[in-house]
Amino acid sequence: MAELQLREALRTAMVEEMERDDTVFLIGEEVAEYNGAYKVSEGMLEMFGAKRVIDTPISESGFSGLGVGAALAGLRPIVEFMTFNFSFVAFDQLVNNAAKIRYMSGGQFGVPIVFRGPNGAAGQLAATHNSSVESLYSVFPGLKVVAPSNPDDAKGLLKSSIRDNDPVIFLESELMYGMKGEVSEDDDYLIPIGKARVAREGDDVTIVAHQKSYWLAMQAADALADDGYNAEVIDPRTIRPLDLETIQTSVKKTNRLVVVDESNPFASFSSEVTYQIQESVFDYLDSPIIRVTAKDVPAPYAKNLVDYYMPRTEDIVAAAKRVMYV
Amino acid sequence: MAETKNKKKTSVGDKDKGIGSDKVDKASQANGHVDIPESLDFDRSIETYQSGDYTHEDIGLSEDQVLAMYRDMLLQRRFEERAAQMYGRQKIAGFLHLYIGQEAVSTGSVGAIKVGHDSVITAYRDHGLGLALGMTPNECMAELFGKVDGSSRGKGGSMHYFKKELNFYGGHGIVGGHIAVGVGIAFAHKYKEDGGCCLTFFGDGAVGQGSFHEAANLASLYELPAVLIIENNQYAMGTATHRAFAQPDFYRYGVSYNMQSSVANGMDVFTVLKAVSDHAKLAREGRPSLLEIRTYRYRGHSMSDPANYRTKDELDQKKEEDPIILLKSYILEHEMSTNDDLDAVDEEVKKEVLDAVEFSEKSDPPPIESIYEDVYEQRDYPFLTDGMARGKRE
Repeated sequence: MAELQLREALRTAMVEEMERDDTVFLIGEEVAEYNGAYKVSEGMLEMFGAKRVIDTPISESGFSGLGVGAALAGLRPIVEFMTFNFSFVAFDQLVNNAAKIRYMSGGQFGVPIVFRGPNGAAGQLAATHNSSVESLYSVFPGLKVVAPSNPDDAKGLLKSSIRDNDPVIFLESELMYGMKGEVSEDDDYLIPIGKARVAREGDDVTIVAHQKSYWLAMQAADALADDGYNAEVIDPRTIRPLDLETIQTSVKKTNRLVVVDESNPFASFSSEVTYQIQESVFDYLDSPIIRVTAKDVPAPYAKNLVDYYMPRTEDIVAAAKRVMYV
Repeated sequence: MAETKNKKKTSVGDKDKGIGSDKVDKASQANGHVDIPESLDFDRSIETYQSGDYTHEDIGLSEDQVLAMYRDMLLQRRFEERAAQMYGRQKIAGFLHLYIGQEAVSTGSVGAIKVGHDSVITAYRDHGLGLALGMTPNECMAELFGKVDGSSRGKGGSMHYFKKELNFYGGHGIVGGHIAVGVGIAFAHKYKEDGGCCLTFFGDGAVGQGSFHEAANLASLYELPAVLIIENNQYAMGTATHRAFAQPDFYRYGVSYNMQSSVANGMDVFTVLKAVSDHAKLAREGRPSLLEIRTYRYRGHSMSDPANYRTKDELDQKKEEDPIILLKSYILEHEMSTNDDLDAVDEEVKKEVLDAVEFSEKSDPPPIESIYEDVYEQRDYPFLTDGMARGKRE
């Protein structure tokens, strides 16, 4: 194991996969000469040259489509979005071309491509730079959506995503790139897509949370422990396909569920988990499922409004106590 | 071609791309200075390819090859006429966009490339190119019928023909959405250094989409073996080009992206073949280009369109330029065949299309369980079946 920042873990995954497979290349804005807007790709131009680490104009629709075409023709592109907020101008490429060509061609063509970049809120950036896209892309069959919360998962899941023969939306976070953690040094370290991780075991309440929300959930679990309640925290790691079974198993034990998701609440990942759990293990639930999410408004700019907008640890503690009726 | 100067060869993503290029003003290179030249000259020569300018010998075709092209164009025509009839009988559903009138573009273009080595991608009016590339009438008709023996096993329909062995990358339904995909296929040819090029076809309407402009810029910036072909049939659905574009001389857009640009008459198959050959050659030299091919569709945009936006006179006049009649006259003039023999070809083609209809009638609908196939490669993907969570219900 080595202690790496999240950005270093992601870089390690890309470097190892590019060394392993000549068809893998990285393309996006500022990925090469600038060394990456968030330094995820630092040094990669020097290692692999301009053929495989490719700067683009500000042209998300163009380079996303280029990636899809290259993937159809046998390459394995990693397309970096400076943030997933910018993926919206490339939406057609992701949700029509990447997601549906395997289906529409009757299985003749696959699209082995990874679209990766930061997702979700990143401080006082106001509304257009704070979107959480997990539910949006999860709507479309044909896409997989991965959202790791720590450096080790990031490495193992990014490597799996690059080797996957279907398009993967790989969600990172500006605020987490500097986070450090122990990371496997195995160059074949693959974490399967679609497998959740039980991060903390407990009997009293289940909390499901991914990416930044996962760390809030862990803090909330500590606070609950101080009050004598044992929360079980599950990091889904993959949004689509969802590892429902791991959540079901936990809920059957705790009989109570809180879902934390920094997305806007309407038609979100948390709605989906809530629906699937009530539908599949209704009789095990001792209380309604409660969600802790961002407020149902565009992200604001002012600090006090941002603080109020985002889910907070105390909101999670309060939600857990509500479902426990304490 | 009008412009033959060689550009410096650069690899994809080369940081020095463009510097020293004969096509870029020095003053426009970022260097920290603001510098406006005394005068600017935008004149660029555009190659034109006229109808009737090329004999079959000029472009290296044998008489047999000419006759094969005639048969190929006729097959597309008869296939679509029959498809229209089957649509009327409700054997075919969804949208059906006919290519009738444009067959010289597909046949001429395919004649200019190495099928299976080079690549082709197009928009939703895709029957003509599919057949010209070598898709069988059986698999094409069965796809329209929504049957399991269709080219996409009944999952694509009229707008989404694909054939991997022929490097035919579709068949795309969103106007302009596939242009960057075509540029990406060209990128892969360059990356793999396989000497191939990609022809990306799209209609005049697609020029209004931002995706065209982004793709054109990327193709030129990275010097990809890409030929962007605007199949200008003069109407985007019901909107004539001059009603939609401040600049309807589409060949000019290539100039904005530093690409060689040409305009060709798309009613003469030899003219198309010559133009596409020249452009494919440029592509193989790492010089992407733009080719506007002017053509005409005789039918409405789709089956529901009576095409009231144009006059009967216009249509009648265009029919005199019918690409198939034009080639037939050429064949007879050059005594490559006789009227009787050409009629026999027509009968043979009609029979082939009728056989395809019969094949499609007999083919089974796709099995219900195939609905979950081809979404992901992963066989055990946990779909929400019947809208319900896959996990055990307790």
